[in-house]
Amino acid sequence: MNAPTAQPTTLLVEPSSLSHRDRLIRTVLRSRELSVAIVLLLVIVAAAIKSPDFVFSSTGWRDLLLTPSIMLLLAAGQTVVIITRNVDLSVGSILGLSAWLTGDLFLSYPGMPPLLAFLIGIAAGAGLGLINGVLVGYGKVPALVITLGTQYIFRGIVLTWAGSQLISASQMPKAFLDLGTAQILTIPVLFIVAMVIVVAVGYYLQTAKSGRELYAVGSDPEAAVLYGLAVRRRVIGAFVLSGALAGLAGVIFAARYGTVSSSAGTGIEFQAVAAAVVGGVAIFGGSGTAWGAGIGAVLLVTINSALPLIGISEFWQQALVGALIIAAIVLDRVLAARQARKLIEARDEA
Amino acid sequence: MVSPAQAALRLSDVSKSFGPVVALRSGSLEVAAGSIHALVGENGAGKSTLVKIVAGVHRRDGGVFELDGQAADFGSTAESKAAGVAVIYQEPTLFPDLSVTENIFMGRQILGRMRRIDKAAMYAEAERLFAGLGVHIDPRRPALGLSIADQQIIEIAKAISLDAKVLIMDEPTAALSGVEVERLFTVARQLRDEGRALVFISHRFDEVFELCDTVTVMRDGSYIATRPIAGTSVAEMVALMVGREVAELFPKQEAELGEVVLEVTGLESTGVFHDISFSVRRGEIVGLAGLVGAGRSEIARAVFGVDPYEAGRVTMKGVAVPAKNPRAAIRAGMAFIPEDRRKQGLVTEASVAQNVAGVIRRGLARTGLLTRGAENRAVGPWAARLEVKTSALDAPARTMSGGNQQKVVIAKWLATEPDLLIIDEPTRGIDVGTKAEVHRLLSELAGQGLAVLMISSELPEVLGMADRVLVISEGRLTADLSRAEATPERVMHAATHGSQEVA
Repeated sequence: MNAPTAQPTTLLVEPSSLSHRDRLIRTVLRSRELSVAIVLLLVIVAAAIKSPDFVFSSTGWRDLLLTPSIMLLLAAGQTVVIITRNVDLSVGSILGLSAWLTGDLFLSYPGMPPLLAFLIGIAAGAGLGLINGVLVGYGKVPALVITLGTQYIFRGIVLTWAGSQLISASQMPKAFLDLGTAQILTIPVLFIVAMVIVVAVGYYLQTAKSGRELYAVGSDPEAAVLYGLAVRRRVIGAFVLSGALAGLAGVIFAARYGTVSSSAGTGIEFQAVAAAVVGGVAIFGGSGTAWGAGIGAVLLVTINSALPLIGISEFWQQALVGALIIAAIVLDRVLAARQARKLIEARDEA
Repeated sequence: MVSPAQAALRLSDVSKSFGPVVALRSGSLEVAAGSIHALVGENGAGKSTLVKIVAGVHRRDGGVFELDGQAADFGSTAESKAAGVAVIYQEPTLFPDLSVTENIFMGRQILGRMRRIDKAAMYAEAERLFAGLGVHIDPRRPALGLSIADQQIIEIAKAISLDAKVLIMDEPTAALSGVEVERLFTVARQLRDEGRALVFISHRFDEVFELCDTVTVMRDGSYIATRPIAGTSVAEMVALMVGREVAELFPKQEAELGEVVLEVTGLESTGVFHDISFSVRRGEIVGLAGLVGAGRSEIARAVFGVDPYEAGRVTMKGVAVPAKNPRAAIRAGMAFIPEDRRKQGLVTEASVAQNVAGVIRRGLARTGLLTRGAENRAVGPWAARLEVKTSALDAPARTMSGGNQQKVVIAKWLATEPDLLIIDEPTRGIDVGTKAEVHRLLSELAGQGLAVLMISSELPEVLGMADRVLVISEGRLTADLSRAEATPERVMHAATHGSQEVA
């Protein structure tokens, strides 16, 4: 390609004149992640003032970090799916199936190494996610309907399998259950695992070629086809990742609580969607980060335990969470409209 | 002529059917490197199908398809891209949430260490591409909010970064202003001089003659002729396209001007339009000219009561029409045909009869019920008069061509027996043959005493049809010209220069 030498003739939109560092600071200051993190911090501080044990006792500290671990994983998976303009409502059932599978395997093979349980759980989740992905990718039916269906099917499998049985802590190996309480420098291992995964998923979405293509698919699916992107493969991949993370969450559920029944994870999918939305993932796809969804997940889980301490009745907790979700969406709309107007005004002036 | 060995793109006798519908019978096109080749033809002539075969959207059923002398057959857009074909569609296809740079490189990002995306390298490359095109666009800004012209520049930058050998532009100028068209042409010529082959599809003959060196005409899914631009004329091209001589594209009848029907005084809406006053008389066609975005459609919408206005008044036959009340406007005798027929003027899933009867339901319903028979009876005369080519009035409107849809919309409003017809871009996206029919219809209606307010971006249409031309520039009325005074130069001058020009 030879370099054309035409003089700049028209001025369209002036490139930003900020330095690299200034731009970075501005991006961080204006990010949704920061504002959600501030809200989270305020909730924790308020709860800690009323009841210092919330943070400063060893159980308080442990629960503060351990409780959101499962939701962190689900929110990261949900983010990947929502970014492609889909939604995965089956993650609660996948979690339940994986948790029951873990317990059942330990019943049959008590000597099974815990690591193998994790791998099997992840693989099972990925398999169920593949079913979702293929149905959405080839079925030309909205993911909302497909995963609503598979949610009932997967849960039905667990119910048939488990019946009214309960697998209790005494039936699982100690080495596995210890993982639920293990700590490194007072930080629970499960929380570290969840955080590493959220950070990795977020990093993948930002910097990998296939990660950016997920955003493109969600931003405008038709344009993605015209760009020659492998849209179906990306969508299927997103569901497999979401399923795998839900499968991992199921194993962690078993390790953390020690008891598994057929109802494990019921209704948790909506919390996962809510966490992503509160964390700035646009429900119509194309924008948002796994990091934001992670902070949103911690916020939603923490609010539930913090509000009673601040003196807000249980009755109002649900309503408050709902208000938070609606506020997040309204904020998105307002910001998007404002940005669109600003960009159009800038164009008029040019 | 171009010999096959030189041709960057060669299609010969290509066909494509969708089920029983033959979209392309025998398409041929031969484009040399370093040439801008016009592809013209009426809507439905098969141009888009041909383009989609080259782009890898559709696979051909038969015929020869060669790129640079090599046989080609694309099963996906990715394959055609890899082979050096870039297509710029009428509506650019960008990802609004992503940055301009990501839009250019999506699918083939520059990778750095550990296969991570190298953003810095991509921004630098995007800036280099924009500099080469002579435009300034912030490579970090999102594609959201870019004008269509800027979006096309992004598409072109994408094509250049692909090092596309063949660049197809499908009606790229449809939504551009004069300045933007000029910029696009400058870029196109530059690409031609770099030795790329360009295909330019357009309905605007003046653009074809200004930009292209060769033209291929298609009709009814078949190749008709290829001519060097220097050796052809508009008349010949139209004749080839239509297959018959179009007697006159703008069959304007002289009409007796009657009393004033619509009177608009001092209409004002902050940031949209200011101090707009004009009148339309019985039998008169008033053309509202100006650039896209000048505020013409907004004025029409305000007059009809769809949009609010802050000051001023609108009267019909001397009686004030309340603001922001389209129902009152219809009762006062106004009819409004919006620009986007599919979205605003037509229920595309409903039948022709239902569409036409839609606005006169109240008068049709007996004892509150509406029967299909009553609808057909009321509608029949109108459809016949407009020569709507549809097998039955029961056919859904979406299955008709753009020209027939427009006629249905006009029929729909004529059934209300209005005194004033406001029509926004009456022939946008309509092929040459039907255009003349729509024009003849408008002219006839005016001859029968209807007052017509016509908004159009096509200067020949305004000059050919209007008894009087009002020019809007940046929300202000900048010229009021009689048919004799209205020359292309005067109208364009008033459309591009501010308010000092009031005649």
